Amino acid sequence: MCVRLMKLEKVFTLKNELGLHARVAAMLVNVGSRYSSAISFEKDGMVADGSSILDILTLACPKGSSFIIKAEGDDAGAVMEEFDRLIESKFGED
Amino acid sequence: MDKEKIKTTVILRGIGVSPGIVSGRAYVLDRCDVQALHIKMESDEALSKETERFQQALADSEMQLRGIKDRLEDGEGIGPLFINVQIMILRDRKFVESTVNYIRENRINAEWALNLTISKYRDIFSRIDDSYIKGRIKDIEDVAQLVFRYLSDERCERVADIPEKVILVARDLSPADTVQIKSDKILGFATDVGSKTSHTAIVARAIEIPATVGLETITREVMTDDIVIVDGTSGVVIVNPDPEILKRYEEKKRHYLVLEENLLREAHLPAVTKDNHRIGIGANIEFSDEIASAVLHGANGIGLFRTEFIYINKERLPTEEEHFMHYTQVVRGDGIKWATIRTFDLGGDKFISDPRLSDEMNPAMGLRAVRYCLREVELFKVQIRAILRASVYGNTGILIPMISGVQEIKTVKKIISEVQDNLRAEGIPFNEKTKLGIMIEVPSAVVIAEYLAREVDFFSIGTNDLIQYTLAIDRVNERVDYLYQPCHPAVLRLIQHVVNAGHQAGIKVAICGEMAGDPLYTLVLEGLGLDSLSMTPLAIPRVKKIMRESTLKESKELVAKVMTFTEPQEIEQHLRTYMVQRFPELCPLTNE
Repeated sequence: MCVRLMKLEKVFTLKNELGLHARVAAMLVNVGSRYSSAISFEKDGMVADGSSILDILTLACPKGSSFIIKAEGDDAGAVMEEFDRLIESKFGED
Repeated sequence: MDKEKIKTTVILRGIGVSPGIVSGRAYVLDRCDVQALHIKMESDEALSKETERFQQALADSEMQLRGIKDRLEDGEGIGPLFINVQIMILRDRKFVESTVNYIRENRINAEWALNLTISKYRDIFSRIDDSYIKGRIKDIEDVAQLVFRYLSDERCERVADIPEKVILVARDLSPADTVQIKSDKILGFATDVGSKTSHTAIVARAIEIPATVGLETITREVMTDDIVIVDGTSGVVIVNPDPEILKRYEEKKRHYLVLEENLLREAHLPAVTKDNHRIGIGANIEFSDEIASAVLHGANGIGLFRTEFIYINKERLPTEEEHFMHYTQVVRGDGIKWATIRTFDLGGDKFISDPRLSDEMNPAMGLRAVRYCLREVELFKVQIRAILRASVYGNTGILIPMISGVQEIKTVKKIISEVQDNLRAEGIPFNEKTKLGIMIEVPSAVVIAEYLAREVDFFSIGTNDLIQYTLAIDRVNERVDYLYQPCHPAVLRLIQHVVNAGHQAGIKVAICGEMAGDPLYTLVLEGLGLDSLSMTPLAIPRVKKIMRESTLKESKELVAKVMTFTEPQEIEQHLRTYMVQRFPELCPLTNE
């Protein structure tokens, strides 16, 4: 059996107008929930459980702020790619 | 999300057991305030039962939210974000774990634990600078309210402490409950079960407050502090009415309060003046249940059947059969000679029920009524087809609201004729002589009334909107309320113009706004030559009696006189003085 446990982390900057608001937080949780990797969000030393919308909201990221996403699991690469696309596309805002 | 805005209007029909109309805040008796319930648990068994209760309440809450979500998505696919967020909160691991931990570690009941979780989040969110995210605590609180409700459903039975001036909502009221009730505290009753002879009914009649029983689901549909209208005469209860409905019921209520018995006894007499001029009297209704009351109060027909209730807050659009059922009940109603059915008079926002959509619109001037119908032609056709099919069962008129130009009515006629062709092709009967009329409520329609008159069989002047559009005032904006003047010389001249244009073209002109039911204006409207007046049923007896005691000659003279004034206040003052002197017993209410 060959399960490669991947541990990835990446810094993202929010470009969308409203920052990390409820809709965005909901989208992030939904993305994470489709993968088996454990996901966490970090900002200014605060860690949020990637499966908890309330945790993510309490990070309180306004527009332009940076935060770290960590993914750990055998599909960490794929989930990170999807986060990348989502954040780059400004969550479909505009 | 603003909690007020996601409240939807719900209409329930029961048995009216104590007459009268009342509106006010609901107080639901069988759901006590569990939030304040603090219980320490001794046994581990009790603790695991609390955890189970909490999990069950979460599951029930989620099911309810999913139900709402499905309904909203049937609309136009506008993602109901607040529902999605609330569902995610319900499933949020942190949220659930926190509460379960409080139950286990503090050995307390689920309600108390949930309260601790909310306080914790309140604390966290209050320290966030971003005002948008700070405000999301509201979502958590809303979700918690829902969970509290499910937690309470099985725990609580009764609460004795009823606040002042509320409408009491309960499954049923027992003698034990009612002995605690002081009549000055309670505005009305609405219960799930009961009949005319049940205890609730007897108590309500004894203390003379409106009551409707047998509503089946009222305790589930209403939450304490929701606004509720109880119509104990027709047995209808409306939960969270929108401002327009509330206003209409305030009007009904006013009329009810002043209606004396002797007026009611004479209500069936025709509206014929002493010099033998006959005026048709119609009732404005929205439920077929109101027909009996309309006839009792002296209506010859239904001058305005509002159809919006058929649409709003349904899980899906009403089918043709549902429309048909409503319309046949109206047109074949006992004791009425004719019924005018007004087509859909709202915007699409009303049944998509997305609060954000309605927020952004100026609903009075937006895409609504005939404008909406001409865009959603299929929806319109379903309604027209049903009305035409119902026309076989009684003298039916179709009334199109908010017409502003000739092209609109031409398009409507084309659609109606297509529907008729289809019905003929399918061999479905309808009355070929079904009359088509339009509401005259947009000032442009008044100005070109002579052209519109060529297209239709009758006019019905909707004074509420006509006044609003003519004087450029928002009826629900209290700051410009003072400008709402039916006596404005411009308004009276517009009505005069419509009547003249209609009569020159040989068609009948009716009026169906609130003005028609206000005795202050009865003689003016008579003198302006309106062929019929349609109003809320309770207003009819008084208006008819004024007509019977008047002459057409005097009312024409009165009109000639008021047309010499330039100010609304002068006209109103003159009318008041005239009416109070001329009909001292019938017009005291005009001095509110």
